[in-house]
Amino acid sequence: MGAESIYMDNAAATRLDEAVLDAMLPCYFDTFAVATSEFGYSQGLEARELLDGARATLAAKLGALPEEFVFTSGHTESSNLALKGVALALGQKKGRHIIVSKIEDFPVLQSARALEKQGFTVDYLDVDETGLVRTGQLLELLSNQTILVSVQHANQEIGTLQDIEKIAIICREKGTLFHTDATHTFTRVPLDVQKIPVDLITVSAHTIHGPKGIGGLYVRKGTPIAKIMDGGFQEFDLRAGTENIPGAVGFARAAELVTPEENLRLQEIRDRIIERIAQTIPQVTLNGHRTNRIPHNANLTFHFVEGESITLHLDMHGIAVSTGSACFSRSLEASHVIMGIGGDHERAHGSIRFSLGRYNSMKEVDRVVEILAEVVKQLRIISPLGKIGGE
Amino acid sequence: MLEHFKHPRNVGSMENPDGKATEGSPACGDMVSVYIKVDEASKKISDIKFESYGCASNIATGSIITEMAKGKTLEEAKQLTWKDASAALGGLPPIKAHCSVLAIEGLRGAIQNYEERHDLVKVKEPTTEAIVLKRLKRVMNPLKGLDMVATKLVKSVEVKDGIIRIAVDMPANHQFAAAIRDEARERLETLWDIKGVEIEFN
Repeated sequence: MGAESIYMDNAAATRLDEAVLDAMLPCYFDTFAVATSEFGYSQGLEARELLDGARATLAAKLGALPEEFVFTSGHTESSNLALKGVALALGQKKGRHIIVSKIEDFPVLQSARALEKQGFTVDYLDVDETGLVRTGQLLELLSNQTILVSVQHANQEIGTLQDIEKIAIICREKGTLFHTDATHTFTRVPLDVQKIPVDLITVSAHTIHGPKGIGGLYVRKGTPIAKIMDGGFQEFDLRAGTENIPGAVGFARAAELVTPEENLRLQEIRDRIIERIAQTIPQVTLNGHRTNRIPHNANLTFHFVEGESITLHLDMHGIAVSTGSACFSRSLEASHVIMGIGGDHERAHGSIRFSLGRYNSMKEVDRVVEILAEVVKQLRIISPLGKIGGE
Repeated sequence: MLEHFKHPRNVGSMENPDGKATEGSPACGDMVSVYIKVDEASKKISDIKFESYGCASNIATGSIITEMAKGKTLEEAKQLTWKDASAALGGLPPIKAHCSVLAIEGLRGAIQNYEERHDLVKVKEPTTEAIVLKRLKRVMNPLKGLDMVATKLVKSVEVKDGIIRIAVDMPANHQFAAAIRDEARERLETLWDIKGVEIEFN
């Protein structure tokens, strides 16, 4: 595919920024020692300094204290720790009821299902056709048995931004802990724990041009939570394991490199994609909220054609995107997000997600839309449903 | 396989086909339509076309199976299997069996449709509501990715004096109403003792 390739699947994984690697490399060769306490040897102290520095940088991005930021292996572990850790800490003391939205990403959703098998009761919040949860339903479901509410900051597929401030305030008033999965918003959309009473936040480096295998969980001071990974006493005794210092340093550098200007630039590219597709291709539906969405996501359904066929054709032109089609998923299930927003199977079948990152440019848009228009046209010609649209 | 996906052969619909069928996959929601022209004397497939609302494996199998069936007699074409198609494509992943088998089912369905239209069916049994429902189970509801019976679109079925009456729980102006009506009708009107099919929407 060569130099012509266009990558628009940044919600799945991002290309590492060279500046991130530059920051990480010394941690492998010079400061490779395990982080030790102040009574340890000097290499260990240097490693400790690097780890603490990275922690402070990342915590500050959320308006948090350094000791409120726990490093993990990524967003999957962070969300597992948030849900299972709170369940472990409060399941016997307070109650066994948890509320999550039905369009959460798999780490939250599957952690909730795992807890159900252990006897916890889980309610799944509905979302409206734009992907927003209704706070009215949340209020109805909350009880004094509810130990945790988990609603994502933004959706992984359709990019809808939840009003987590409102949700957090409701939870705080009811005395229930609130976790939000901010994997797709961290540094892209402001989130300040001084302003919003959220107790736990999942973040990850893999979506912001940082390394894979490093993430974090913000844990507000005093939050009852138990460790789920047993071993040493690292990470304030919340996550055992030799610290991934290169990862932590890379994560912090990656977070520093995201700027408001970049986010604005991505939003302009996103708007251009949506606009050009609307102008060029008939029978298309935008999935998610028109305005309450992250700057770097566009998700559209191309009716009467199947998403995996679209992605494969685009791949032949060097363009990488993803789809919510059942054919594309390993489970052969249509996207639970598109189905969750009241979409039907047909809408999931032809849905395509464009997720942007640092290395996308405005000039890529015209080529993507031009090729996409041709691919969709060809696939509609061979589709038995293609004529229904009356093209 | 990629070649057949990129440049599928025998794509399109056909005016006045001698036999046709549409099959859907309950697993993933893919759909395939197959149309055939049959030479009456030799009973050979003289022309064949297909349409696909599906993934790469689905499209590629439609392409290869129509290539393989062309020129064969109906009896020979009936013997074609998913394994034959998979082998000809250089091997398909097992997880894709459900979407690629559709094209084979489409081909067999089109042959069956031809045989029913030309009174070539050997065993004749009177049409019952159970037989009608069995056929409707092969009509896909694109909204759900499942058939119209499983998705409770069928409110009632009545078979009386050679007329089938079906009530469908869907607004008449729905985007898929016409497609579902046409497909249900095609599956039923070829039954040997049926004179008419009436389908009512909400």
